[in-house]
Amino acid sequence: MSKYMVNLKINNIPIAVEEGTTILDAAKRLNFHIPTLCNHPDLSVAGNCRVCVVEIKGARLLAASCATPVSEGMEVFTNSEKVRIARKHVIELLLSEHNADCTKCFKNGNCELQDLASEYRYGDHVFIDLVPFSKKFIDISSPSITKDTSKCIRCQRCVRTCAELQAVSALAVINKGSQQTISTFLNKPMNDVVCTNCGQCINRCPTGALYERNYIEDVWNAIYDPNKFVVVQTAPATRVAVGEDLGFEPGNRVTGKMVAALRKIGFNKVLDTDFTADLTIMEEGTELLTRLKKAIVDKDETVKLPMMTSCSPGWIKFQEHMFPELLPNLSTCKSPQQMFGALAKTYYADKINIKAENMVVVSIMPCTAKKFECNRPEMRDSGFKDVDYVLTTRELAMMIKQAGIDFEKLEDQQYDSILGESTGAAVIFGATGGVMEAALRTAYEIVTGNEVPFTNLNIKPVRGMEGVKEASIKIKNAKPEWSFLEGVDVNVAVAHGLANAKRLMEAVESGNTNYHFIEIMGCPGGCIGGGGQPIPTSPEIRRKRAEAIYEEDMGMPIRKSHENPEVAEVYQEYLGHPCGHQSHELLHTHYVERKRF
Amino acid sequence: MEQKHLKRVDLIFEWDEKNTPINVLDKTLQKTPDAIILEMIDSGLKGRGGAGFPTGLKWKFTRNEDSDVKYVVCNADEGEPGTFKDREILDRVPEKIFAGMAICGYVIGAKEGYIYLRAEYNFLLKSLQQKLDKFNQQLKERQVDFTIFMRSGSGAYVCGEESALFESMEGKRGEPRNKPPYPTVAGYNSKPTVINNVETLVYTCEICRMGADKFKALGTSDSRGSKVFSVSGDTTKPGIYELELGMPLRDFIDEFGDEDAKAVQVGGASGHCVPRKKFNDTIIGFEGIPTGGSMMIFNSTRSMYNVLHDYLEFFNEESCGQCTPCRVGCQQLLKGIEAVKKGERPPQYLEDLKKLTLTMKIAAKCGLGQSVANPFISIVDNFREEIIY
Repeated sequence: MSKYMVNLKINNIPIAVEEGTTILDAAKRLNFHIPTLCNHPDLSVAGNCRVCVVEIKGARLLAASCATPVSEGMEVFTNSEKVRIARKHVIELLLSEHNADCTKCFKNGNCELQDLASEYRYGDHVFIDLVPFSKKFIDISSPSITKDTSKCIRCQRCVRTCAELQAVSALAVINKGSQQTISTFLNKPMNDVVCTNCGQCINRCPTGALYERNYIEDVWNAIYDPNKFVVVQTAPATRVAVGEDLGFEPGNRVTGKMVAALRKIGFNKVLDTDFTADLTIMEEGTELLTRLKKAIVDKDETVKLPMMTSCSPGWIKFQEHMFPELLPNLSTCKSPQQMFGALAKTYYADKINIKAENMVVVSIMPCTAKKFECNRPEMRDSGFKDVDYVLTTRELAMMIKQAGIDFEKLEDQQYDSILGESTGAAVIFGATGGVMEAALRTAYEIVTGNEVPFTNLNIKPVRGMEGVKEASIKIKNAKPEWSFLEGVDVNVAVAHGLANAKRLMEAVESGNTNYHFIEIMGCPGGCIGGGGQPIPTSPEIRRKRAEAIYEEDMGMPIRKSHENPEVAEVYQEYLGHPCGHQSHELLHTHYVERKRF
Repeated sequence: MEQKHLKRVDLIFEWDEKNTPINVLDKTLQKTPDAIILEMIDSGLKGRGGAGFPTGLKWKFTRNEDSDVKYVVCNADEGEPGTFKDREILDRVPEKIFAGMAICGYVIGAKEGYIYLRAEYNFLLKSLQQKLDKFNQQLKERQVDFTIFMRSGSGAYVCGEESALFESMEGKRGEPRNKPPYPTVAGYNSKPTVINNVETLVYTCEICRMGADKFKALGTSDSRGSKVFSVSGDTTKPGIYELELGMPLRDFIDEFGDEDAKAVQVGGASGHCVPRKKFNDTIIGFEGIPTGGSMMIFNSTRSMYNVLHDYLEFFNEESCGQCTPCRVGCQQLLKGIEAVKKGERPPQYLEDLKKLTLTMKIAAKCGLGQSVANPFISIVDNFREEIIY
């Protein structure tokens, strides 16, 4: 049914928009910019910052344009005297409760409140400063997320993110009035609550109240330490996003420039997490086929299906807190980051004749949860901390700027070898559905000897931004050793964002599903929408990054993980075979049950 | 201007043995819903919680909404400082509230009603529940498909704001919603809801008992009927009084105060402060200064700085904190008058603060923040020297 059109005037200019459109959106169509703070394209409407108020002719009150739908005959003014005075007051009030030590702030230069303040330049600071500076506001307990209440403007974007997108609600509003603040259950430190470290709150915080625990200085120190051999790995999703912080529009692939920049910064070897993404497919694909065989042929009831992916550390911690009874369903494979670390300090260190204790492994990740993951006690199978430091995409951009590198002018360079070779199947790990697609490309071929029956290997049903996606692939012409799978419909599901994951887990627990394999990514859109990616984020930006990921896949000479020659080499020289003894020592892990509060 | 002199009325607490609330209900259910709405509109009854929205229109809008599920909610979250009349009504004549809710339910097509009782009134809960059980039983016997339930608040002033009250009833943090949609369209559980103050519901029952004509004979053209006032402060006769609307404040003071009365705070902390020089030409009613019932009298022993300071402390504590103008504005006002008092800011700073309250009045999200300007401006303007020195 088509919607009614509503006629109104904004600043005396007539416009017709669909019923239900907000004044803010209608004004946008006429290119009238109305400032906002609490509004975010990924979240429900709050209407609480009141920066976006407008005047409606005949109305006693100003209206929050983000929260007010248009109505017939409405006459709106976005910049009347009343509006300007109110907006000035609102911005000044926010500044009065904000610890405006901008020059020392991690978000300096990327702060929506700072932008507003510089747009309006209210020099006369009428009001009394309500935030005496104090360190007690800062919670640095989490290895992933730093929370500084003195910077908080109570827009509640983080609260809505945590509840609506992630179904975690680690952050919530407590107290009221002047004592109202954003906090955790019983005011506990961030590392002691159900926080999954996904960092989605950081992506949506308009100020510096939430930001990643940063390790930039530690990495510089390692680079300048003559006794250290520093290798860096880059996650698939970083290469399609780091450009956004360095002058490129969203959706630009800057893989070659990023590699060149990392060399200029001074890393001894520039390697690729994509390599271990391919390795993950070998391990996880084999694990899946093994579980299927045990379940179907051996009728082993201890085997848990559906099997679920384990690449996303935010998702892992979520599952440990919220659905511990489903932990046996998680693949035991470590994430590609941690497989890389474990291999780097064993196989690779041997190969290049470097002592593991002198090696520093740095990860560039689109993720804040990876900072927590590398600190997990399970992640020391090399005998050392497998991954020493994790930097977000944003931190990498900062390092590139600090190093004085003119990123846009860099010539493309290639990753070092070994542990630098990868396939198209690995790069699509960066988008929701990518692990599933990569796994199916390989598993189907192992079982049947034929390529997956999709044009150009593109398994479209598992792609896209639908919250939960399902697909079913019938196995045809299975090889003799996989004959038990002949004619079987392999049912898979994919979810991204933990609220969608929760829905899917509830469906699984209800027993009404018949999935064999489930891919979950903790963040909306998968890693391209990760908590460590450039700010801002929106459905549109994530869509562009995902497009870039699939372009990168199409441009790769090899697009199936099992055809990665370096992966074959590592099995031949070191690991033996997928899910073999050595793999289990280095590449697999276990999980811990955590409390719900 | 049409003026009524102070006249005591006895409707609310009167118990008519021949026309008990359940009898009134029986009689009223013989009429069509539209006829009842017409009678309510004709009576001129406006909401007694303070905002004064015409009750008949509220019922009509909700009746006109197309929805299988609708609700009647009684706002018994009487939190306005200086207001204690609903407590008395709930204690003495709750059956009239129940009957008013059942009539409303019949009119709008609701099957459930809720009484949201402020946490501080939980001592009433046991006796209310007993009387309610009896009333619900009487409804059942009459095959009236309507049941009333009790809900307890948790102690936040802001939950008297209707949309925050719904949030609280739904088990969420009590924060006001964006409007529109209004409760008549999307209230409790996002369903069309009539939410009326305790006293308003009693008057609907009274209007059904005695007819709109008798009701509208009381009061003025803008303020029909009578109202229950909570009188407190520097008076020898504190208590609950039902008075005809539209009286001059002078008459009120003559009855309850004395020549030492220097100000009356009409409508509680969020209301207006009227100084003695304006007693003669201030009408208590919708044409003058409306009130949810609170009338606080201050005599010359009181510091109006302390009065304002207390109100601002109250708002600092009771703002829900979600919107900027209210959360930060209230803090600035409190710190602001303290700074002026201490000489840390010049007296002219009060003008900046007054401008701020005008922004709060039009830009805050709900009635709480919007009404802080009332006490602030009226006290600062009328007692400026007490604030500064």
